[in-house]
Amino acid sequence: MTGPSKEYDDIPGTFVFDADRSREGYHLNQFCISLRLGKNRDVFNADQESYLDKYPMTPAQRQAVLDRDWNELLQLGGNIYYTSKLAANDGITFQDLAAMMTGVSRDEYRDMMLHGGRSIDGNRYKSEWENE
Amino acid sequence: MARVTAGVGCSHVPAIGVAMDTGITEQPYWQPVFEGFKKSREWMKEQKPDVVFLVYNDHCTAFDASCIPTFALGCAAEFKPADEGWGPRPVPVVKNHQKLASHIAQSVILDEFDLTIMNEMEVDHGLTVPMSVMFGQHGVDDEWPTLVIPLAVNVVQYPAPTGNRCYQLGKAIRRAIDSYPEDLNVVVFGTGGMSHQLQYKRAGLINADWDQRFLDLMTEDPKAASQIQHLEYLRETGSEGIEMVMWLVMRGALDEDVTEVHRHYHVPASNTAVGHIILENQT
Repeated sequence: MTGPSKEYDDIPGTFVFDADRSREGYHLNQFCISLRLGKNRDVFNADQESYLDKYPMTPAQRQAVLDRDWNELLQLGGNIYYTSKLAANDGITFQDLAAMMTGVSRDEYRDMMLHGGRSIDGNRYKSEWENE
Repeated sequence: MARVTAGVGCSHVPAIGVAMDTGITEQPYWQPVFEGFKKSREWMKEQKPDVVFLVYNDHCTAFDASCIPTFALGCAAEFKPADEGWGPRPVPVVKNHQKLASHIAQSVILDEFDLTIMNEMEVDHGLTVPMSVMFGQHGVDDEWPTLVIPLAVNVVQYPAPTGNRCYQLGKAIRRAIDSYPEDLNVVVFGTGGMSHQLQYKRAGLINADWDQRFLDLMTEDPKAASQIQHLEYLRETGSEGIEMVMWLVMRGALDEDVTEVHRHYHVPASNTAVGHIILENQT
């Protein structure tokens, strides 16, 4: 990502899907959203590589799709409302996807949510995460 | 004349729709979520709106990355529930009050709010989940008990419209409805939120204290709520918490002084804090 720093860049563990990310992730996101429709999912699941040929994404984006590297997809301009369609294709719910992105088990994540979610305290600024 | 009688703020978590569609609302996980809407459904039955003006966001369903209107008003005769990747929700087709929708479009555009007009559009869980929680389960062959005018707001690609812009748009929509000659009872819904983050390493963020203060402001000081900056939403309520700007359209359409008749708040529904409020105009 180039350009001037942004006021929201100091929020930890967060990608703000702004115009720069949208531009970078355009073909990746358009691929993901195509999986909203069952007829497209059938074609994709029959031959993923051929299906991906239709979308001129970068080699790194393509590899992240094939690897189902959910955080890398966001890093490369993907947006969660789009990448979640790829997850849904794989039978992964929003909550299980969140567990994978945060690096904890499904049960640990669910338990965290049942106990009030991730606290805002200690999670406002990147500086608060530096010791991790 | 048409009149705005009340406003409803309501989360639109997709998993709430799934819970209703699969009949698991009495399970311990979901029971407290739905308990808070019992009173709302009774209130809605008494309220009997002719039209619901429903502010929501599309989740890359009607609008993918190729077209991102900031405000898109549904002017079609009807709106079918969309397939969002797991089949369309088994709920009725949404029927519009087309003449009022066209009147609002004309009125607010001349009032300097440059809306996009949608004459074909499918609607996703952002619209159908609030309908289900407020009106109860209705099947595919059934009809919703009210007409619905959808307003889709971009909150997916940053920046969403500012809270102040949403609040001012709400006021313009109110002026439009007030000037419509047919005798109609209109209830305005603002949906989305409350605090939640669906992505990356901070996913699962919840800020209950902030959410409750926002609900207080909805009732007591909407102007202050309209001045909350995007950075505060992003930092304090999670990257997807910014959906709450849509509640300000609803609040702008109400009188300055309102009566809070119901409030419900519960964590969690999936990744999200569920917030709900009913505000009535006093006049």
